[in-house]
Amino acid sequence: MAKIVLDTLRHAYMPNPTEDSDWALKQLDLEWEDGGAYALLGPSGCGKTTLLSIISGLLRPTHGRVFFDGQDVTDLTPEQRHIAQVFQFPVVYDTMTVYDNLAFPLRNRGVDEKHVDQRVREIAEMIDLTHMLDNRAAGLTADGKQKISLGRGLVRSDVNAIMFDEPLTVIDPHLKWQLRSKLKELHQRVRTTMIYVTHDQTEALTFADKVVVMNQGEVVQIGTPVDLFERPQHTFVGHFIGSPGMNVLPCEIAGGRAHVAGVALDAGGSGDLGVTSGKLEVGVRPEFVRFAEAGDTGGLPARVVKVSDAGRFRIVEAQAADTSIKLLVPEGGNIPQEQAHLLFDPDHTAVYRDGWIVA
Amino acid sequence: MNKTHDNRAWLFVLPVVALVAFNAIIPLMTVVNYSVQETFGDNVFFWAGVMWFEQVLQSERFQDALLRQLTFTFTILLIEVPLGVAIALTMPKKGPWVPVCLVLMALPLLIPWNVVGAMWNIFALPDIGLLGRSLNALGFDYNFTRQPGDAWFTLILMDVWHWTSLVVLLAYAGLVSIPDAYYQAAKIDGAKPFAVFRYIQLPKMKRVLTIAVLLRFMDSFMIYTELSVLTGGGPGNSTTLLSIDLVKIALGQFDLGPAAAMSLIYFLIILLLSWVFYTLMMRNEQQ
Repeated sequence: MAKIVLDTLRHAYMPNPTEDSDWALKQLDLEWEDGGAYALLGPSGCGKTTLLSIISGLLRPTHGRVFFDGQDVTDLTPEQRHIAQVFQFPVVYDTMTVYDNLAFPLRNRGVDEKHVDQRVREIAEMIDLTHMLDNRAAGLTADGKQKISLGRGLVRSDVNAIMFDEPLTVIDPHLKWQLRSKLKELHQRVRTTMIYVTHDQTEALTFADKVVVMNQGEVVQIGTPVDLFERPQHTFVGHFIGSPGMNVLPCEIAGGRAHVAGVALDAGGSGDLGVTSGKLEVGVRPEFVRFAEAGDTGGLPARVVKVSDAGRFRIVEAQAADTSIKLLVPEGGNIPQEQAHLLFDPDHTAVYRDGWIVA
Repeated sequence: MNKTHDNRAWLFVLPVVALVAFNAIIPLMTVVNYSVQETFGDNVFFWAGVMWFEQVLQSERFQDALLRQLTFTFTILLIEVPLGVAIALTMPKKGPWVPVCLVLMALPLLIPWNVVGAMWNIFALPDIGLLGRSLNALGFDYNFTRQPGDAWFTLILMDVWHWTSLVVLLAYAGLVSIPDAYYQAAKIDGAKPFAVFRYIQLPKMKRVLTIAVLLRFMDSFMIYTELSVLTGGGPGNSTTLLSIDLVKIALGQFDLGPAAAMSLIYFLIILLLSWVFYTLMMRNEQQ
């Protein structure tokens, strides 16, 4: 087990990167606490697999160092770093039995058979494969094979961290949920640092204590699932996490207050907003927008355009001036016909400049 | 479910039946026809039953040829398959050298078989050939036209040169289809190079290697052209394999009955051994 530190990490796949877009990873300084459950979340091509490969040692970064517990491991192989990894497509040794698969990493390291047997049975118990130990690994289903991949990581006692590279891609939907909660449970039991790469927000938010959101080779926010939801540091996080994503509305700032379509709003508390330059936007999640009722004053005039039913709530799309705003109305809530006024919860409304949060 | 029966549907099968009949069944049946009859010329035939089959199977000449054939085939399989796999393992997986290697490997396969025989015949001649002269200059008493051992050595060398490429190309195709994740997982699991070969590369190559072994088995069992140009079966009968012997009987002596019976036996041996090979190599596949 180890604390992992990434120091000014940059990586480019081409030999002589010049432009900003040549870098797969732009600049990263990160610390991963020992024993944490982390998720790396981002759209395809954002650099999360690159980052994972750099941590595991399959890839050497163009620039920067990787430290495990203060030791520089940048030039070490995955084996020397004591890393385990579960890949997107299940990797099992076809000709071996489940037992031999699990024993493989230990036998390669010259562990004596008695200890191997004990560890293998212990881990098989944990991942529910005890009854299949004598089966040939090739005959297992995709989720069984992923469990073997994971088991090969767990069986070693010297593992610093276990990496998951979109491990549920090929698993049937109804088994995904099972395997995910199994993973969470295993993490609580073994307390090994786990880093989980995915582009699925549900997977990331349910698995991780802390989520690292990446976009275009940069980390845009690191936080608990609640942080990401309640206070996105970047409009990208707002968009990407949540369903539907955050409303991002162009705004102007005058007299220290944000104005959307000419109407003043309370955003980011009620303090004076000193910024006026850059591209200014207001971000508010659909969960924190409501229709004005009798007794409310002010609000953004809007027209209801579309209502879609999502079960326990309805998603309403409203049009204010030339921007569209989504809001959630709980079951039984009242939806005004056509004309309405929208109110934003000031504590959950933030102002962004050039994508980054201001207040 | 109610199926509509319409016998006119057979008409759709007719072209295939005709094709198979003309290129396989009818030629084979003429051989069967010869194998059970005796003739004294003038196109007059008498029923002979299984006489020719008994005669061929009991003849020492056939048994010797079969033994030589088996020796040849298993020797070249033992050399070509491991060698082919070894070469495939050392070939680059990506980069500019891939096409170069592939073309170099394919070259021997593109040369007409009789040319291969002629090339090696001249190459190995003890007085003017590069190989023959060099060996003699080095102090070896090498003469493949006179000494059976040298003839065998040359024959096997020629076959290895000609056909190892096929095994290489098939094994290489199997190797490049292994996803990178397997190698990365093996690295992480601390597998040594031999373990990577034994537990990842070999199992993943199994299917293509089965094809390679079957093809090399069948082709080497039927080898004729290169061999007839290189040694013609000599010196003496020392390199007379089944096909050479068959041609001697059928065209040299014009013994149609024994030749036909031998052809059928020859064919059945290939069929049987191919089946055995395939069954053995695919045995574990269904578990």
